[in-house]
Amino acid sequence: MIPELGHFALILALVLSLVQAVVPLVGAQRNSMALMAVGRPAAQGQFFFILFSYACLTWAFITSDFSVELAATNSHSATPLMYKITGVWGNHEGSLLLWAMSLSLWTVAVTVFSRHLPEAFMARVLGVLGLVSAGFISFTLVTSNPFERLLPGAGEGRDLNPLLQDPGMIIHPPLLYMGYVGFSVAFAFAIAALLSGRLDAAWARWSRPWTTVAWVFLTAGIAVGSGWAYYELGWGGWWFWDPVENASFMPWLLGTALMHSLAVTEKRGAFRSWTVLLAIGAFSLSLLGTFLVRSGVITSVHAFATDPKRGLYILALLVIVIGASLLLYAMRANKLMGGGSFGLVSRETALLGNNVLLTVASASVLLGTLYPLFLDALNLGKISVGPPYFEAVFVPLMTPVVVLMMFGPFLRWKDDDLVAAVRKVAPAFIASVLIGVGVAFAVDHVTWRTVLGLSLAAWVVLASIQLLVGRLKERAGASASSRLRSITASWWGMWLAHLGIGVFIIGVTMVGSLDRHLDVKMKEGQRAELAGYTFVFRGAVEAQGANYDAARGQIELSRDGKVLDMLTPEKRLYWAQGMPMTEASLNIGPFRDVYVSLGEQLDDGAWIVSLYYKPFISWIWMGCLLMALGGIFAAADVRYRRMAARDAAVASGRRVAASA
Amino acid sequence: MKAKFLVPLLLFFGLAGFLAFGLTLNPREVPSPLIDKPAPKFSLARLDAPEQQFTLESMRGEVWLLNVWASWCVACRQEHPLLVRMARDKVVPVVGLNYKEVRGDGAINARGLSLEAETSMAIERARRWLSDHGDPYQVSVMDIDGRVGIDFGVYGVPETFLIDREGRIRYKHIGPITPDSLQNVLMPKIEELRRAG
Amino acid sequence: MPVDRAHPATRRLLAALALGLAATVFVPVPGVAAEPEPEVAEAVAADPQLEADAMELSHKLRCLVCQNQSIAESNAPLAVDLRNQVREQLAAGKNKDDVVDYLVERYGDFVLYEPPFKASTLLLWLGPAVLLFGGAGWLAYRLRRRSVEVAADKGLSATDRARARALLDSAGAQETESPESRS
Repeated sequence: MIPELGHFALILALVLSLVQAVVPLVGAQRNSMALMAVGRPAAQGQFFFILFSYACLTWAFITSDFSVELAATNSHSATPLMYKITGVWGNHEGSLLLWAMSLSLWTVAVTVFSRHLPEAFMARVLGVLGLVSAGFISFTLVTSNPFERLLPGAGEGRDLNPLLQDPGMIIHPPLLYMGYVGFSVAFAFAIAALLSGRLDAAWARWSRPWTTVAWVFLTAGIAVGSGWAYYELGWGGWWFWDPVENASFMPWLLGTALMHSLAVTEKRGAFRSWTVLLAIGAFSLSLLGTFLVRSGVITSVHAFATDPKRGLYILALLVIVIGASLLLYAMRANKLMGGGSFGLVSRETALLGNNVLLTVASASVLLGTLYPLFLDALNLGKISVGPPYFEAVFVPLMTPVVVLMMFGPFLRWKDDDLVAAVRKVAPAFIASVLIGVGVAFAVDHVTWRTVLGLSLAAWVVLASIQLLVGRLKERAGASASSRLRSITASWWGMWLAHLGIGVFIIGVTMVGSLDRHLDVKMKEGQRAELAGYTFVFRGAVEAQGANYDAARGQIELSRDGKVLDMLTPEKRLYWAQGMPMTEASLNIGPFRDVYVSLGEQLDDGAWIVSLYYKPFISWIWMGCLLMALGGIFAAADVRYRRMAARDAAVASGRRVAASA
Repeated sequence: MKAKFLVPLLLFFGLAGFLAFGLTLNPREVPSPLIDKPAPKFSLARLDAPEQQFTLESMRGEVWLLNVWASWCVACRQEHPLLVRMARDKVVPVVGLNYKEVRGDGAINARGLSLEAETSMAIERARRWLSDHGDPYQVSVMDIDGRVGIDFGVYGVPETFLIDREGRIRYKHIGPITPDSLQNVLMPKIEELRRAG
Repeated sequence: MPVDRAHPATRRLLAALALGLAATVFVPVPGVAAEPEPEVAEAVAADPQLEADAMELSHKLRCLVCQNQSIAESNAPLAVDLRNQVREQLAAGKNKDDVVDYLVERYGDFVLYEPPFKASTLLLWLGPAVLLFGGAGWLAYRLRRRSVEVAADKGLSATDRARARALLDSAGAQETESPESRS
């Protein structure tokens, strides 16, 4: 009964999404307040029904109702409660419902936090979001009904894929989806602006915090996913350039460009057509990612079980949503010319230069991801495009991005003198190269990649320090605390996020250059040495989890005779799927991780143990954390709230005038 | 409307076209680079008479199929009745390449076995399977360690190679042969090769 | 041996400390074991350098039966076989290119994660560079044209400019007061 209620609630949500899509748009066209006002309650009602529907599905998982096919294939009565709950999105149908739910959540957030928007603009935004929502809910209902019954019901479930039974997987999908789907808000703002012809600085200012928050979620989601791969896949890799990873990375790159482009548009009203195109592009890439994961056109470790009917449906959705918005763009873009002036050497130019680079990087990832498909379609043979290609292409493209990223903030808005600016940063730049070369020699790993990475990281750090010092010196005479307070949240956001890139590069470079790995056959009481650490095998014991049996190795980690930790890597066998899993054990430190995983047991009783030494690897995620934190600071800038209050005053003034 | 603003739309439609076409393709089927090249030479023990070696030379002058199989291969059971019928009707000579009979079976831990023990186990298992399901092969040979399989670029069982009179591979069928693929793909190719030679 | 290599490296890293990079964990001090020294476990690979080379190459080769994994990551039987082939052939003195050729002859370009440079992959390899120069060229062109427009704009009379300003303001394109403008 409860699954049927969930199904019914989802149908109601579809009806409401159609109402939300059609009525406010018509209202905005006819300038009818009554019709426009339907948008908000429709959006909120839709959210309620999706939430209810989602809760019903979760209920089937929690109560182990294996007459629901999805629960029977993705849960098990012995699965820990946490993984019953997260098992809901560990499959195609449930994750699609999560997709729809996060879209609905974003929509409700817009109705709550952007109350100051002009009524007609808000109506168009809600209409566009309603259309997208209707597309996805109908996709769920028509091709992927999560409430499908299994008659007769199964006695026991087949359990969630053990790889997904991990704390990282509890938060990764919701974060990632909030990021992916969050770009729909920037998209809806852009379409609403195109429809109304109101593409001005105010539009850019309204979009900025939404774009930034979506970007924060996406950054965090990608970082958590990569962290999960690092410790769960058993050999310490953290990024694989898999098509599905690329599917989340492409919108991230374009979203980053969009955030910066919005800054130029807000400030100068310039390059508006370009900014609109980025807003459409970032969301289009999110949709494309959804297509790649669920259609089966590309093989990936992460792809869901596929069905051509689903692929066709999403493709149709893609063509309608993206095709219509690009057509609208083509019709309106020539009105987007002009804007304020700025010099060839200016902050604006630096931002735009980086935008072009980020867009090129994103397009290159797209090219590499889809190229095998192109060749196959043209019958020119099958190839694979993997990490060696992406690394070869990506490093040269991102190097100028990082250089320019730290040079830009030294340039003044509007106009600056190139020679003076270069002179300002030259000492830090030269010092960075020297540090890069010096450290590479010091760690005895002189390759161009190490030198480049370390130099770039040093450049980011030194330039960040110089920026901060310069900023603090601005108000000579003021007290230190008032100087600090004079710095705005958005400036801190920029500073932190850029510094985060530097921290990230240090992690990537150090672990790429200096990691160590050793596979040993260990019997009880034997030791192995790696990178100055001693590992003593204290035997393996049997252990039992809620839904698996495990052999747990006990490995004493010590350095210089001092015991640091007892590492307990496991080899698990999950009952339901009979699937063996390696569960690595880590000793995490600020400057290095020690990573141990347990392999097979040999006939003579010894165990194969893989030992890894990963210097600076946690800096990769520290860097991502700083980037996300920077985004939060930027979005929280008091300026947006102040301006919002002003907009609201203006809007209500207009309303009063209109009603008078 | 200026034409240049239509560029993103046109690019997108091009992309969508490729994606639509992509839905009809199977990304997991990998074509063989050995097509129209001489079949890799090998010399393997016959299943029926392990003391005798079988080589490509003995099939020279014939158009024939090399069918990769194993008793643990589930999909092989699907095509097997068809192979048996083909043998009965003398459609085309089929040579069986018994691929990793013991060590390919996930249920057996073959690591502790000596090569002799593994070979005799493989012979016994393969013969029993053929007597249970029928033996469609003119001859079957034993690829115990899968090395010949690698030479032929085998990546999944079953696979079937069509080899011409000069010993060149002309076609590779991946997965079980179906009556449909036999009639519409394999037979026309076989007849063409026979006419040609 | 990785262990041997780490030590001189770490000592030299002390120099890096002077450059302001604190990395105290690297500093090695000879260990003093309290209990009788346990015996050293046997490495899986007899020749660690060979193993490192084999694994490095294996990471660049695609496992054909897996979803999308290299033969180094996968434990599918075919991946294990191919990994052994890589190991054996490197041990027999073949170089990496020979091993790659061996696999490509049998399985095609599909096994390579780094696609070969040839006619059909021309666009793949040159595409990013074309995009880069195209994008940079386009931006330079647009910026140049803008500065020409701006220069022309400066030729307007004061009243024209005031009128244009008023128009822009009413359209909402006024320059917004923003904290960044102070930097």
